Amino acid sequence: MRLYKALLHLYPSSFRKEYEEELVHIFRERRMQMHNPVSIAGLWLSGFVDVVLNAAGAHWEILRQDLRYTTRTLLRAPVFTLTAIIVTGLGIGASTAAFSVTDRVLVRPLPFPNSDRLVQLWQRNPEFARFELSPPNFYDWRRLSTSFEALSAYTQAAWNFIGEGNPQRLEGTVVTPAFFKTLDVQPLLGRTFTEQDGIEGGAGTVVLSYEMWQSVFGGRSDVLSKTIHLDNSSYAVIGVMPMDFFFPARGGQLWKPLVLGDPPKDARDNYNLNGIGKLKPGVTIENARAEMTVIAGRLAREYPKENDKVTARVDPLDARLPDQTRMLLWASLGASFCVLLIACTNLANLLLAKAMARRKELTVRFAIGAGRERLIRQLLTESVLLAVVGGFTGILIATAVLPVLSAIITTKLPLSEPTVLDGRVLVFTGLVTFATGLVFGILPAWRACSGVNMDGLREGSRSGIGGRRERLRSILVIAEISLSIVLLVTAGLLTRALWRVQSIDPGFRPDSVLAIQISLPAYPYRYGLVSTRTAFYSEILSKVRALPGVSNAALISSLPMMPGGGIWPVAATGADTKGDIKTVGMRVVTLAYFDTMGIPIHSGRDFSESDTVDSPPVAVVSESFARQYWPNQDPLGRKFHFTLSNFPFAEQDRVVVGVVGDVRFRGLERRSEPQVYLSDKQLPDRMLMFYAPRELVIRTQVDSVALIPPIRQIIQGADPELPISAVRPMRDVVNVQTTPRSTQIALVTTFAILSLVLAGVGVHGLLSFTVGQRLPEFGLRIALGAQSREILSMILREGIVLASAGALCGLLLSYYAANAMRALLAGVSPIDPVTLGGSVIAVLGMSLSGSLLPAIRAIRTDPTKAMRMD
Amino acid sequence: MPFNQEEIESLLPLPSATFHILMALADEDRHGYAVIQDIASRTDGKLQMSAGTLYRSIQRMQEQGLIIETRERPAPEEDDERRRYYRITAFGLAVAKAEAGRLTQMVKLARARGIAPERT
Repeated sequence: MRLYKALLHLYPSSFRKEYEEELVHIFRERRMQMHNPVSIAGLWLSGFVDVVLNAAGAHWEILRQDLRYTTRTLLRAPVFTLTAIIVTGLGIGASTAAFSVTDRVLVRPLPFPNSDRLVQLWQRNPEFARFELSPPNFYDWRRLSTSFEALSAYTQAAWNFIGEGNPQRLEGTVVTPAFFKTLDVQPLLGRTFTEQDGIEGGAGTVVLSYEMWQSVFGGRSDVLSKTIHLDNSSYAVIGVMPMDFFFPARGGQLWKPLVLGDPPKDARDNYNLNGIGKLKPGVTIENARAEMTVIAGRLAREYPKENDKVTARVDPLDARLPDQTRMLLWASLGASFCVLLIACTNLANLLLAKAMARRKELTVRFAIGAGRERLIRQLLTESVLLAVVGGFTGILIATAVLPVLSAIITTKLPLSEPTVLDGRVLVFTGLVTFATGLVFGILPAWRACSGVNMDGLREGSRSGIGGRRERLRSILVIAEISLSIVLLVTAGLLTRALWRVQSIDPGFRPDSVLAIQISLPAYPYRYGLVSTRTAFYSEILSKVRALPGVSNAALISSLPMMPGGGIWPVAATGADTKGDIKTVGMRVVTLAYFDTMGIPIHSGRDFSESDTVDSPPVAVVSESFARQYWPNQDPLGRKFHFTLSNFPFAEQDRVVVGVVGDVRFRGLERRSEPQVYLSDKQLPDRMLMFYAPRELVIRTQVDSVALIPPIRQIIQGADPELPISAVRPMRDVVNVQTTPRSTQIALVTTFAILSLVLAGVGVHGLLSFTVGQRLPEFGLRIALGAQSREILSMILREGIVLASAGALCGLLLSYYAANAMRALLAGVSPIDPVTLGGSVIAVLGMSLSGSLLPAIRAIRTDPTKAMRMD
Repeated sequence: MPFNQEEIESLLPLPSATFHILMALADEDRHGYAVIQDIASRTDGKLQMSAGTLYRSIQRMQEQGLIIETRERPAPEEDDERRRYYRITAFGLAVAKAEAGRLTQMVKLARARGIAPERT
């Protein structure tokens, strides 16, 4: 019988208390009539099913009653209900949005089978923690290593595509044939590459992205019989990848086989390949690292000139996200949880106030037989219902803010856009919602019901005033204030860090400069000849410069702060080259580049018309380059050369003719190598097409947008087949550097303001409640001659005490928070006095304004009315 | 005592468990187990009401005013003192009659369509 009695605990306790004895009696009577084991087992089984079904039914009935009752009471107090729903919705919405991004980017494994075995391979040397692989090194690594099931390399590329309509610039990836096998992905249509596709002279083939299949071929199934033309060569379409395959980045339109060569003919110090590999089952990343270090060491001994001090680096593939982005995401998630906590605390406070105001009603219900458990359950239904409606509101809010939040992550990830309406996110939201409703509802419900007894009905008893309860509410308000201080400090510190980063001098004047990318095809011989290029450049530059409002124009091989460009090893001629090999950022420019970009020429001159293939090779170098090689000496007239082997052009001595200011070409917050600029007119024919200037920069005196159509016309007039692939103001190029920061600050600031307002609401709610309870006392004081000023300061003092206690805890917490995100602070101190002081003042101000209305109500107390209340 | 017809109608059709319990209590006060036994014997053992269903129905029927728990005890030799006895109320009786009338009406309709046997 004990087991049956235990089973009866499934019933609501009110039902169980009422009918337990009867139920047990019936079960016992039936049991006594049974004698064989089969019927006894049958009795138990039916008894079990009976209890489970009826208990569920009984609970459902109570829930229905409670819901009906709750809906009625909530609709009767629309202001309370709306406040609670909005408060909860904001908290849940913020955390849902932050969670969906963080989950997609940081928690979830990459969308490839066995993605924990995928690794990324880099070269490293004492100067650079990681850089791309040279084709011969990749070839040898692949040949010599045994840790990998597959090893492949890729590099991003772009082609001119002339389909139907205007010429188009397509971005894609050139990959070794094993690329798809390494990632273990299958095509949606057709096949992926085989070794045959990567052999020199083989028939050209491409695999299309789903997006390109849809946009160019309208999703037609006969795409596999089609041929496309890229940079004047034709390629057979052999496959289409699934819609959710993005590698290495979103936005890639196609994949083309990389013809590596067997062995590769490229220079061993020409670093242009990204390596990825899949570890064999059972091989750890440490095993692979150890093996690759040995292999790299061997190659360094074999090729001391190019591979000196070069070793291998093996990282998990999912670690490709920059640390800073990672931290931005965690910080946003943390901030959103702060908002959620504050929202929940506010909800708890609202519920507590409401429950206290309803104690008389609760007492009556208790007196007519409702158990305490039943009352708590009723109150919990209310909080969960509010949380659920808040949860739905939260999902709407999250859906609205998600696109903004996604700007924190670059598109340089093989992931689709995060979405709120996705199973995992919805489960998260559901859990948060129920936890909010239950955890933050149970405390007020318990408190409200714990003192309910018959005394509550006595004449004159006041509905629920008690030191303990006010203390609880005060603690909740203090917690809110602390958390909002944390958010304010975080937002403040990040903003100061952003200002600091924005004030970094990029080395050029980006305002009023427009950059237009002209897609010079990599191969057609026309643009392989310097004379053709020079003629083309001269034509467009002279016409662009003649446009009204244009003060100067030039071309460069790749813009500062944009990926690409080139890092070349270099040595001063005559100096000891056995030491560390220095590398420089190498850019090729046309005349007037420095003037157009506003890069100061410190000494010497810009390139001139007389610097040609037939004149001695010259270069313009950056200040830091000059300082590094010829400290305290005049660099003009000095010579240097590039230390690329088997490359006569690079090995030529170059005379420094000018020294210009340093440019942060790797980005505002990253260290950049010294820079060397060469003149396009001194490039050899049919070589280094990658470095042919294709970024047209124009300094304007008028609104640059108005100039875009005539410039487009000029370029099309010079060559109608050349597409314009990107048009952007240089200011945007610089601002992109701080976009993730700005987005996050906007987010955290929104959270902080939200939390500040919520905290103000909390203070206001608490003080309104206490003032309401103490009206008779104030009445008495006023009757005894207390001045308004005294009562006012009494209430405001309470507000200030709450705010100060909260501020103190908040400052301590924010010290830890700021320390944890020190890497994001760009050197701003975690205890920056301006930020801390500002946050405290904001919180004090908000608390004071929250206290003001209750205080005014207190001093307006009519003594006669108030004392009659008691 | 006349009852508000609307109030009666609002409870119809009765769940079959409720109707059976009302019938079991129509002639005398009974405790829960006796109700179950009565139902079983009147239906030739075809309907074995479970304890859970019985008491959930009883709880609801008490709230609806169809039955009450009675303090009057039966004759001492039949009384099981530990048990709780239930009695049908006048309202309960009226509701049971209304339900029976409704069912009769249904049977009549079925007969008219030839899908129920004629009265013998």
